[in-house]
Amino acid sequence: MSKNANNIYGASGLVFNEPLIFDLGTENHEAYSLPKSDVPEENIDDLIPANQKRDEIKGFPEVSEVGVIRHFTRLSQWNFSVDHGFYPLGSCTMKYNPKINEDIARISAFTNSHPLQPEQLSQGNLQLMNELAQDLAEISGMDKVSLQPAAGAQGELAGIMMVRAYHRKNGNPRKKVLLPDSAHGTNPATSILSGYEVVSLKSNGQGLLDPEVVKNAMDENVAALMLTNPNTLGLFEKDILEITEIVHKKGGLVYCDGANLNALMGISKIGEMGVDVMHFNLHKTFSTPHGGGGPGSGPVGVKKNLIPFLPIPIIDKKDDWYFLNYNHPQSIGKLKGFYGNFSIFLRAYAYIKTLGKENIRKVSEIAVLNANYIRSRLKEDFHLPYESPSMHECVLSDKNQLQHGVSTLDIAKSLIDYGFHPPTIYFPLIVKGALMIEPTETETKKTLDKFIEAMKDIAKRAKEDPESLHHTPLKSKVSRLDETLAARKPKLRWKPQE
Amino acid sequence: MRFIPTTKSDIEEMLNEIGVDSIDKLFQSIPEPLRMREDLNLSSAMSELELTRHLKKISSKNQLVEQHSSFLGAGSYRHFIPSIISHIASRSEFYTSYTPYQPEISQGTLHAIFEFQSLICMLTGMDVANASMYDGASSLAEAALMASRITKRKELIVSHVIHPDYRNVLDTYLTHLDIKIKTAPVTKEGLTDFNWIKKEINDQCAAILIQNPNFFGVIENIELFSEIAHNKNALQIVSIAEPVSLGILKPPGQLGTDIVTGEGQPLGIPMNFGGPSLGLFATQEKFVRNMPGRLVGETVDSEERRGYVLTLATREQHIRRERATSNICTNQGLCALMATVYLSTMGKNGMKEVAEQNIQKASYAKKRLLQINGIQLKFSGKIFNEFVIKTKKSPAEINGQLLKHSIIGGLDLEKYYPDLKNCMLFCVTEYNTKEEIDKMTDIIAKHCE
Repeated sequence: MSKNANNIYGASGLVFNEPLIFDLGTENHEAYSLPKSDVPEENIDDLIPANQKRDEIKGFPEVSEVGVIRHFTRLSQWNFSVDHGFYPLGSCTMKYNPKINEDIARISAFTNSHPLQPEQLSQGNLQLMNELAQDLAEISGMDKVSLQPAAGAQGELAGIMMVRAYHRKNGNPRKKVLLPDSAHGTNPATSILSGYEVVSLKSNGQGLLDPEVVKNAMDENVAALMLTNPNTLGLFEKDILEITEIVHKKGGLVYCDGANLNALMGISKIGEMGVDVMHFNLHKTFSTPHGGGGPGSGPVGVKKNLIPFLPIPIIDKKDDWYFLNYNHPQSIGKLKGFYGNFSIFLRAYAYIKTLGKENIRKVSEIAVLNANYIRSRLKEDFHLPYESPSMHECVLSDKNQLQHGVSTLDIAKSLIDYGFHPPTIYFPLIVKGALMIEPTETETKKTLDKFIEAMKDIAKRAKEDPESLHHTPLKSKVSRLDETLAARKPKLRWKPQE
Repeated sequence: MRFIPTTKSDIEEMLNEIGVDSIDKLFQSIPEPLRMREDLNLSSAMSELELTRHLKKISSKNQLVEQHSSFLGAGSYRHFIPSIISHIASRSEFYTSYTPYQPEISQGTLHAIFEFQSLICMLTGMDVANASMYDGASSLAEAALMASRITKRKELIVSHVIHPDYRNVLDTYLTHLDIKIKTAPVTKEGLTDFNWIKKEINDQCAAILIQNPNFFGVIENIELFSEIAHNKNALQIVSIAEPVSLGILKPPGQLGTDIVTGEGQPLGIPMNFGGPSLGLFATQEKFVRNMPGRLVGETVDSEERRGYVLTLATREQHIRRERATSNICTNQGLCALMATVYLSTMGKNGMKEVAEQNIQKASYAKKRLLQINGIQLKFSGKIFNEFVIKTKKSPAEINGQLLKHSIIGGLDLEKYYPDLKNCMLFCVTEYNTKEEIDKMTDIIAKHCE
């Protein structure tokens, strides 16, 4: 790392070592308290059959309250998060998660509500869900939205299952789903789960889907084309109208993966592009926290033709009364218990209300501006595989650095020492050594400039001192981990000693 | 707009660098007819204070639900949640990070998930567990798919006393995959009919699916089912909707179970109107490469220091694409963290104590209710914290009376089991005081007798 980098970027603070919680305990330490049971006590052996009763849970923690708190507080300090700094993980939209939304999600009249409590007690919950679904429909141009899917991947599953139910009702479920070769891995996996074969379509030299390619692959056995727009290269599929028309002409439907909606809010409506069904990622576009990997929320939106197939229950309103409607005989059914990830809805709802119609377009404008700014300033140093205009993210590669033996992995790991989370790497698969950078709209220009400086410094070091990049990161809790060992000799749990 | 810090002069400088004269020009790849000309039809922007007032108002339409005492369970359970848990889960180092793709700066999440995997293994008696499932219902469906993959068979025997939502989700997941479901009936004790299964099971069966305690609260004899499953080279899957029961019940791993799935909400996660929660998923070592979802494993760094990484990823969609074991790419990190802190806080003694209180209090409530004329026990099997009674008056009337006294009564089962008319499923946990139970039974007595 060049000298001035050390001055600009953060150094590591006091980092504690911490064992597994199982190695912390002392017999009979307690972190819990319960009121004494106030009912007349029965002999427990009369209440459960002897052969069903367990011995003590061997190895379970016995740690003091302060012990538990310190343990997890120390662990938290080993994480990099959005609240630490810039997190340009492409396709994941790691924007700032507003704090007020967390307060709202903890209002006890929401958190303590039981999903099966009488509807008269849940009118607030149902109203909020109804309004959120309507706002998502408005933003996307879809006709109706179900909030039920628990994550983006489950939203996809709901969507493709509706496609299948639609075709089946028309007499033939069809056999294939078309996917561009730049698609997220969840897309093919979802198609298989819905009983379809997958046909991969080659992107053209501009990184886009060619109408001719779709036309040639399209026949009466194709149930749907599944695409992402902007696609995973961050490029808008400019021929989308022609493409969706080709699919519709053969009776197929079009699914849009909504992972990249952050480029389009208030700019263009996916529902007007000939898309029949799409999902939203509330944890991306609508600022709900990613939670170390989840919980997310993946509502699914449809045009009129697919409304009868939406998952049940549907939230309906009659006069001023909200209710859960299970009476949809053509529905694909239920995808998860109850109605969806409600506390995530609260955050997304609060986010949309805070932005309002005045600001929502600005989200996408600045997200796109930021991505293009980074692209413009880095394209001399890093290879830009596609010249088509970028939307909210840009994809670069390690082609220039590889000449010096420096790979995308080295670039990513080196960025950590500059105080940044690395971009998404090695995806999309069609770009060799991809670095997919999504800055989002919530970063200041100063932050972007520092990131750009760090990238430029790495490019410089790749030329002048490539060796210095092979052993990074140097400032993190641990250095590069042996992933081969982890896979070859899996150790997936701690075990108490016999 | 406080979430978008870019200033006017920033915008000018940035446009200048890019070489365009307006933000609109950045959107030129969007065809003209697709570009919006009007603002979205949304409400106007709210300040933080306005937003708080607005949401307080909506939440107040929930009729002060926190002031009710409740006897509802059926897949979502009200347990006492120690204060520690929300404090840890509110640390933004945990909740504003993402899937630990870069292990060097994600050791907090990875270490915690490794502990979660270990705790769930100990609780269930299994070898390996993940933190990737959405909830109890979808994790059961994933287990069914896994059993079909392992056995290469296309038939399942599913107990009728598995949570109706879980069975519905199973139907949804299986419907396009040619996997047939045979539903096993219920005995008068409220148990899955073992003799029926013994007669019906054949060489096509991939797995027998049982819930324990089952949807009627009754404790099943798991060992019987694993024996007959294994006799036919099928697997045995147990779904645990109420994992607090494992504080006292023998873990399925000691009863021959091949895959344990379940709902993690009762382990320190608020009910939140049904979500988000956490799907539990655990199995035996020999099946690990058939598992869906992400796994965390232990390894060392270049200086031989212990560390954790996501591992065995070749099962997963981002690598294997259409040949993946599942389309799941989540790990339910934050919910798994909450369960990890809960289990660590309750510890060995707390899990036992809380389970015992549930069983004692449910037994007390059951006894009190059965003293009332016009109320009968529907199923005679041993229970954990839920039980079914049959009433003379309709459940709607009874629950209406209770609600007048701020009590949420038991679940009317007719909607889920049409032949169970006038039957109610009651749930009693450590959260319910004797006073609440007495008040509830007194009101029902007054109304029914």
